[in-house]
Amino acid sequence: MRVKAKLYPKEAARLLREKPGVRDAVTGATLHFEAGRKKAYQEVDAEAWRERAKRVKDHLLTHLDQYLELAEKRLQEKGVQVHWAEDPEEAHRILREIVARRGVRRAVKAKSMLTEELGVNPLLEALGVEVYETDLGEYLIQLLGEPPSHIVGPAIHLALSDIQRLFHSRFGTPLDASPEALAAVARRVLREAFLTAELGISGANFLVAETGTLVLMENEGNIRLATSLPKVHVAFVGIEKLLPRLHDLALFLPLTARAATGQRLSTYVSLIQGPAKEGEEGPEEVHVVLVDHGRTALLHDPEAWEVLRCLRCGACLNACPVYRQTGGHPYGYVYSGPIGAVLDPGLLGLEDTHPLPYASTLCGACYEACPVKIPIPKLLLTWRRRAVEQGLAQGWERAAIQAFSKVMQSPSLYRLFSKGLRGLPLPQDWLPLLRAWTEGRGPLKPSPKPFHQLWQELKE
Amino acid sequence: MRVALFITCLADQFYAEAGVATVRLLRALGVEVDFPQEQTCCGQPAFNAGHWNEARSLALRTLGVFQEAEYVVLPSGSCASMVKNHYLELLPGNKEALELAERTYELSQFLVRVLGVSELGKGLSGKKIAYHHGCHALRELGVREEPLLLLKNSGAEVLPWEAAEECCGFGGLFSVKLPEVSLAMADRKLATLPQAEVLTSTDAGCLLHLSGRMGKQGKGMRVVPLATLLWEAYAG
Ligand code: SF4
Repeated sequence: MRVKAKLYPKEAARLLREKPGVRDAVTGATLHFEAGRKKAYQEVDAEAWRERAKRVKDHLLTHLDQYLELAEKRLQEKGVQVHWAEDPEEAHRILREIVARRGVRRAVKAKSMLTEELGVNPLLEALGVEVYETDLGEYLIQLLGEPPSHIVGPAIHLALSDIQRLFHSRFGTPLDASPEALAAVARRVLREAFLTAELGISGANFLVAETGTLVLMENEGNIRLATSLPKVHVAFVGIEKLLPRLHDLALFLPLTARAATGQRLSTYVSLIQGPAKEGEEGPEEVHVVLVDHGRTALLHDPEAWEVLRCLRCGACLNACPVYRQTGGHPYGYVYSGPIGAVLDPGLLGLEDTHPLPYASTLCGACYEACPVKIPIPKLLLTWRRRAVEQGLAQGWERAAIQAFSKVMQSPSLYRLFSKGLRGLPLPQDWLPLLRAWTEGRGPLKPSPKPFHQLWQELKE
Repeated sequence: MRVALFITCLADQFYAEAGVATVRLLRALGVEVDFPQEQTCCGQPAFNAGHWNEARSLALRTLGVFQEAEYVVLPSGSCASMVKNHYLELLPGNKEALELAERTYELSQFLVRVLGVSELGKGLSGKKIAYHHGCHALRELGVREEPLLLLKNSGAEVLPWEAAEECCGFGGLFSVKLPEVSLAMADRKLATLPQAEVLTSTDAGCLLHLSGRMGKQGKGMRVVPLATLLWEAYAG
């Protein structure tokens, strides 16, 4: 996927100006998920669950090489073909080879953020393969030619009327068609695709190393169909998505569902144990592509690796008041919101993503929500510090901070500044800052006298 | 007991009366109050924006200013959190930073947890108050109940507010680096604001941002720091 993260501040402002409906749709949906999460966390000892989940993931990540080897062995024992992809090019090569060998003309896809990362759809299209996203939300944005706006709910930025218009122009449904009628149309199209596709593509919520089990969570049943009807199933799995043991699922399945949507468990959970055996129905071939794409390097970054615990549940997006204003598009990469702000620099480098760590007020709501306790605010601070160290801060900001700290270093300069605030014209360097502030909030009105002056009167 | 006040730059410049209220209140409760003259800014704006060198030198000078203090009390949740939680990140292994962190409190936290005061007086009887939880007070310091307890026990009615615990969009430099998003957040916060007589919070920054936005929208409401209201609770 092309990275447009550098444009974040501009794009966020533009979206607020030009598409105010997005803000309403996203705020409504995220508040709904967030309320669900809070309720679902209250039903259990969420603190203990999160701490436990964090430990399991930390153990996994600190022994990742061993678990990857184990997973590969177990998968192969089950007849799964295991591939390793260092980067999108290698992932493409693997997929291209499968498509050519099996003569694939049509593919159905389950929603997967990793395949967005790898650009699987454009590749398949270039190979002349018809691709159908089968998650309803993902299907909608595929029709619109948009990237997902949210990790879990890719189309939460759309209002019903947007979808009615889209289906009207694509399928000729009435402009006031009910959600049920729209879903029925999608169902008809997708059913046809399921039955005729030669290839099913998915991601993975988890891959259990101990047993080589691929785990997929969903609510619509589309993943089950995509991984059972076509003759070939390819799953793209980020190497950080492993879990050590099968029994870890007893914690991670209900915790992820609670964090993501406030459900106790998702409607469908598939535990895939390789291709169909003699006399069974199911795919003839199952491939697991273990994808690195920057993850190993990130794992070796002592200040930033914790982000790899992420389960992609989207809880931090739902909790984030900054994300709620714009949805995911302005962030300019697959992963948006708080997790995007700390994962994208980790995967892609700061050069191309450096405004993202500033897309937060450090309010901490994301950390409170995160099922694996990723210290997102701390990571944001780390990336900001590095941005400044690497000279990425804008000139006016650096000048303002330097002037500010110079003043604050010296009580007498500070006294002078205090007088200036109450009369004198303000120093030029501060102007852009001031203008940005006053435009939306009116002029700053200092107290008639600063406290340090009033203190003299209080002393008596 | 002796307390050194850290008024912090924003309150010093924009909410000076909150400092006065803090002094009066603490004195009325039998606490001796100092105001070390050398104090300026805790360094939070620089720290949060990633300028750690500048933040570090401000942290070091703050450590020096409050070296002798028995307790340090701030009428600001986010600056208190800066001293309590972040100085050690800037100055790992610094013993003075660790000690200062242990002696530092946000005002309402100090009143309830250290002085054991849960009632100040009935000066706010019948007042309808909207309380905004500053994010750092709430999530970094864990100050949630203290302000509410003190307000309620003074006879005030703290109105239910759907977005009371949501960030207002200030975020220091965030408000000027991403002004449109910051204002959209303030608008969401204000759109859900109940019909109160006073809006209050531990944080001067949040209040400056929210009251400025309110003014721009032609809305009026009394907006004051928590310290001011707590003194009114006592003095009537
Ligand atoms: S960072 Fe935490 S809350 Fe956000 S998507 Fe990842 S696991 Fe979920």
